[in-house]
Amino acid sequence: MFEMSVAEMGRALTAGDVSAVDLARLFLERIENHRDLNAFLDVRPEITLAQARAADARIAKGETTPLTGVPIAHKDIFVTRDYRSTASSRMLEGYMSPFDATVVERLADAGMVALGKLNCDEFAMGSSNENSHYGNVLNPWDKSAVPGGSSGGSAAAVAARITPAATATDTGGSIREPAAFSGVTGIKPTYGRASRWGMIAFASSLDQAGIMTRSAEDAALIFNAMLGFDAKDSTSVERAPEDYTRSLGLDPRGLRIGVPREFFGEGLQSDVEKAVREALAEYVRLGAILVDISLPNAALGIPVYYVIAPAECSSNLSRFDGVRYGHRAVSYSDLIDMMKKSRSEGFGPEPKRRILIGTYVLSHGYYDAYYLQAQKVRRIIADEFQRAFRECDLIAGPVTTSVAFGFGEKAADPVAMYLSDLYTIPGSLAGIPGMSVPCGFGAKNRPVGLQLMANYFDEARLLGAAHRYQQATDWHKRMPPLAQNQR
Amino acid sequence: MDWEIVIGIETHVQLSTRAKIFSDASTAFGAAANTQASVIDMALPGTLPVLNKGAVERAIRFGLATGGTINRRSIFARKNYFYPDLPKGYQISQYEVPIVQGGSLAIHLKDGEKIVRLTRAHLEEDAGKSLHEDYHGLSGIDLNRAGTPLLEVVSEPDMRSADEAVAYAKTLHALVRWTDICDGNMQEGSFRCDANVSVRRPGAPLGTRREIKNLNSFRFLQQAIAYEAKWQIETLAEGGRIRQATVLFDAETGETRAMRSKEEAHDYRYFPDPDLLPLEVGEAWIEKVRGALPELPEAKQTRYQHEHGLTSYEAGLLTQSREFAEFYESLVAALGGGHKLAASWMLGEFSAALHRAGVDVSRSRVSNERAAGLLRRIEDKTISRRSASDVFDAMWDGTLEADAIIATRGLKQISDSGELERICDDVIAANPQQVADYKGGKGKAFNSLVGQVMKASGGKANPAQVNEILKKKLG
Repeated sequence: MFEMSVAEMGRALTAGDVSAVDLARLFLERIENHRDLNAFLDVRPEITLAQARAADARIAKGETTPLTGVPIAHKDIFVTRDYRSTASSRMLEGYMSPFDATVVERLADAGMVALGKLNCDEFAMGSSNENSHYGNVLNPWDKSAVPGGSSGGSAAAVAARITPAATATDTGGSIREPAAFSGVTGIKPTYGRASRWGMIAFASSLDQAGIMTRSAEDAALIFNAMLGFDAKDSTSVERAPEDYTRSLGLDPRGLRIGVPREFFGEGLQSDVEKAVREALAEYVRLGAILVDISLPNAALGIPVYYVIAPAECSSNLSRFDGVRYGHRAVSYSDLIDMMKKSRSEGFGPEPKRRILIGTYVLSHGYYDAYYLQAQKVRRIIADEFQRAFRECDLIAGPVTTSVAFGFGEKAADPVAMYLSDLYTIPGSLAGIPGMSVPCGFGAKNRPVGLQLMANYFDEARLLGAAHRYQQATDWHKRMPPLAQNQR
Repeated sequence: MDWEIVIGIETHVQLSTRAKIFSDASTAFGAAANTQASVIDMALPGTLPVLNKGAVERAIRFGLATGGTINRRSIFARKNYFYPDLPKGYQISQYEVPIVQGGSLAIHLKDGEKIVRLTRAHLEEDAGKSLHEDYHGLSGIDLNRAGTPLLEVVSEPDMRSADEAVAYAKTLHALVRWTDICDGNMQEGSFRCDANVSVRRPGAPLGTRREIKNLNSFRFLQQAIAYEAKWQIETLAEGGRIRQATVLFDAETGETRAMRSKEEAHDYRYFPDPDLLPLEVGEAWIEKVRGALPELPEAKQTRYQHEHGLTSYEAGLLTQSREFAEFYESLVAALGGGHKLAASWMLGEFSAALHRAGVDVSRSRVSNERAAGLLRRIEDKTISRRSASDVFDAMWDGTLEADAIIATRGLKQISDSGELERICDDVIAANPQQVADYKGGKGKAFNSLVGQVMKASGGKANPAQVNEILKKKLG
């Protein structure tokens, strides 16, 4: 039963073939049995079961949505009333939010049953989940490999089938990269589609909530409940609600898929390239047309990102000062000393590194050279995508240069770690939707992801194209051996 | 050798919105600590600001009232610094592109009018409050004020004396109350001034300025600038130098002192707030605000002078507040004229009564309808101005209308000339010396006779009529 898709579970629940309580119990047990993955940070069975009973009551009354009673877990970047909200930081150890994030609230309104909170990189800063204060998350395909980050807990949990779906967030690749490393489907929508209310901010102009599932179809179903305008987020886009499943029947014949040549250059490992090229060949077999495109400044995405994101982060993380909530140092000489010590103790090395970079680039005399210049290049990159989308409907390429790396391999070299997001950052800077779709296996039998990107607000077509690929292939159905145990 | 004092003023005008600028928490003053701080004001993780349109509307109103330019697109920026009562670790303000640019304010001085140019007016949020007094060895934080909408109005350095600075502040204060964008309550901190003061030799380039922070009364503004300017002049005269600094005014000693340089060494790292889109203000919105703008004091003053025949002094005083001017206009409407009478009465007895009671016109114990009833009896000569004053006092202390008081007290003027002539005859007979003096050319003696007749009539005689009769009888 645990290998059912979200769509299948929804149908089985409505038909009465299974109850929400049964599903909740099943996944709570699987979570317990896979605790060594360290994917979950907070699990409260009594809350999960209460929500499941409420879902069953709704189903009995016929007040059901396709998601009612289906379990989901939330990245610990979303604040929740029922669970601790820590952003995987010591700074927020034990923090309880008095309100739910809009994303969490909407999925609960649709009847989804929360299983708990998922580990991630501290304040969503990282590409391997090695930056969590609460320990590494293991890759279910290979416990010696990282699951990717920052949404490592989300990716590992979906891959291990200890939740059918998980919320996640993406700032520079934090959904797509762990989805690729862990062999699951992950999508970030257009910036402004998902409310940021209740998402602990890292880099506000880039942060976007998305979802990890086992298929594009499941992601579309969840997007229907999760996305849409929210008056509490000023950057939320006011558009009519739409049905993200509407293009699942998309005819791939004549679909123009742009292949940026810069994404197949130096640095791309041959195992990843091989799997991605095979996926592109599959699209050609389905009738799509590959278009050679160029994104000449995409490589500048990394330096641009590592100016803008730290700048925003340095300001966003200023609120963690030990005054009102969160970690407070035990001994200090005065107020300023209290704030200094609380921050020194509460933040791990990666947030500190980014706060320092961000403070530097915003400083008097450097602002124009770094921040303003980065904003200009960001616009150039966004314009390049617009030019590309005149020649193609979607863009496809690798998500990462390599398959998942081992623990500690890049942890000592921040710049090598930053390069993990080479292919995902350009789309984040432009604010376009992007996803990772499992497309095979590379070295050490670790998963490879195919990245698909679409123009603004074109998620339905993106999901449709991914769905057609998943109808033709079974990579997304492959399960890590440890997940195959019935419990 | 002369020194010239140069002053520019930055004013924090608290906008009169019900809710805060980025949250729906109340802005009401005086609530228990932290009861009016929402999750946004407390900067809890995951919270985001949403701009209150009411604050923007008030900023537009201010821009239109001062003839400034309303920027169609302005930007909110983050001003980053750490302070325990600054919950987010940054203040949301407008930096490079404010909502209002330019404009001016006409101030009235003893020797005429002066135009003070405005640099800009921008929207921002207030911080919370640190409370050190009540906690031994600890600090309390009250976030009720955090997120309160402010309009920071920045003037050009156009003022040349403490008096001019006070006149500017008073004019600005009257204008923001007039246009309903601020309640003007200075005790509660709704209107706070920072004064930038420098001195120079006339014609020389601007001197180094020092900024006096947080002056919340006109008296403090006056004292602080006077002290600061004197200190700067003395320092320079003794061969010293002025270093740019932020200074605090100590109301106890009347002195200013520089803050420690550590207290002001900030690099605020301004950058556009990514949580807020640029503020777009369309033509339609501006026109809607313009249409709802009340007639402004200057326009009223011009109208009172040209159409009502009042002096510029009277027009200026009548427009001290919108409520005062509206009281005047309602009297004039009820009387169907009587501009001079209404003006002189309001600036005389009425203002004196308000002053004695320590209230403003909105809390006058005599309503405009009741006052009109009184003025009508002065105008139709039923009572003299002197009796009117007694009637007004009775109206102020009680609830009776003017007519009832006149009737019960028998204050109606004597219009029977036979009776008046008899009183005049008696007074002439009883005061041979004054009569002789008057006839001998002493004009003052005549006034004394008029006074005696008025007294004998119990104030009910019409002074003009008494004049006429006495003159006739004394040849």
